[in-house]
Amino acid sequence: MSALWNAARRDLLLAARRRSEVVTALFFFVVVVTLFPLGIGPEPELLRRIAPGVLWVAALLATLLGLPRLFAADHADGTLEQMLLSPQSFVLLVAGKIAAHWLLCGLPLVLLAPLLGLQFNLDAGTLQVLVIALLIGTPVLSLIGAVGAALTLGVRGGGALLALLVLPLFIPTLVFGAGAVEAHAAGLGAGPQLSILGALLVITVFFAPWAATVALRIALE
Amino acid sequence: MLSATHLACSRGERLLFKDLSLSLAAGGWLQVSGTNGSGKTTLLRTLVGISAPDHGEVCWGGVPITECSDEFKRALLYLGHQAAVKDELTPLENLTLGNELDGLPLAEADALSALQRLGLHGRGKLPTRWLSAGQKRRVLLARLLVRPALLWVLDEPFAALDTNAVALVSELIAAHLAGGGLAVLTSHQPVALAGGAEVVL
Repeated sequence: MSALWNAARRDLLLAARRRSEVVTALFFFVVVVTLFPLGIGPEPELLRRIAPGVLWVAALLATLLGLPRLFAADHADGTLEQMLLSPQSFVLLVAGKIAAHWLLCGLPLVLLAPLLGLQFNLDAGTLQVLVIALLIGTPVLSLIGAVGAALTLGVRGGGALLALLVLPLFIPTLVFGAGAVEAHAAGLGAGPQLSILGALLVITVFFAPWAATVALRIALE
Repeated sequence: MLSATHLACSRGERLLFKDLSLSLAAGGWLQVSGTNGSGKTTLLRTLVGISAPDHGEVCWGGVPITECSDEFKRALLYLGHQAAVKDELTPLENLTLGNELDGLPLAEADALSALQRLGLHGRGKLPTRWLSAGQKRRVLLARLLVRPALLWVLDEPFAALDTNAVALVSELIAAHLAGGGLAVLTSHQPVALAGGAEVVL
């Protein structure tokens, strides 16, 4: 497990040295979410209805922003080769990088979401469900995204391809994530949707790091 | 210890080499030479197991490296073409984190003395971005001192180095060989080391 921690800590330290990249994704999230209330105007009922979808789509796009860089720098300077040849498990090192990506690009979105949700006239209970759904759903986005980033590594114009590859795979998370918030707002309880999100998380935690590793091995060959 | 039998590698359609066999015992070293693009780096990457050969196999202690990969990786230090040195980090952090990725903790004093040996005295805590190309190579080569390994596979270890540093690295390799280590390296300049075999691609 120390492999996971070492790799994650390394990426966090690197991110601390180039903060602008992290802050850019975060501001993107804030600005995109804020554009909707400004564009639609003061219609509390409508805003409340579109809030879950808007917040989730914005979170999805913000996650996507950081993905092309997830492996690119380490690939370019040969660090990935060193990781592959390390006596420590390559899967755990890759998992550590994905964990760092979530801590940098996912967790801040979860923490900001309730604040942004206020713009959409969401009540405290709904905000709570929104945060829980994002907390379970954003790691899924990072994990699926990492597989896409590994597959498109070294491809010219990989960024656009990555979006095309990964966005359709984000759909289940989007549907159940936004669905959880909507169900709660409609008084139905968010349990089933959150359970499905949890199941998605379990599946991706098991398979995504492994799939990313296989793709990285091919990219390095 | 390290042996390869009937290796064949190609890049795309082009066959780089075929039926290449080599073996290296403890204390031995091997220079891989050839013109640009002749497949030196490909051979090294095949020997360390990053690329799979089209044909043939590489063995460590008589066992194919695909089967003894944990043991082989512990014994291996591969320094590639790219510096694997992060501009954002200090040389000290680069060394420490490099060792941590290999699961080997490194004391700050050891890292600093390795950097000092490589002529980077007092630069351990500067951003690596501020260093010259040769100094960055020296940061990478400092790993030779801090990462214990039996087999060194070095791709162009002398690139971008001044004459003093070339002599120093040759000394390090000689000491490594004297201690029973193995080394495989590519270089375009004559290597001042006794003995050794040569593979021309």
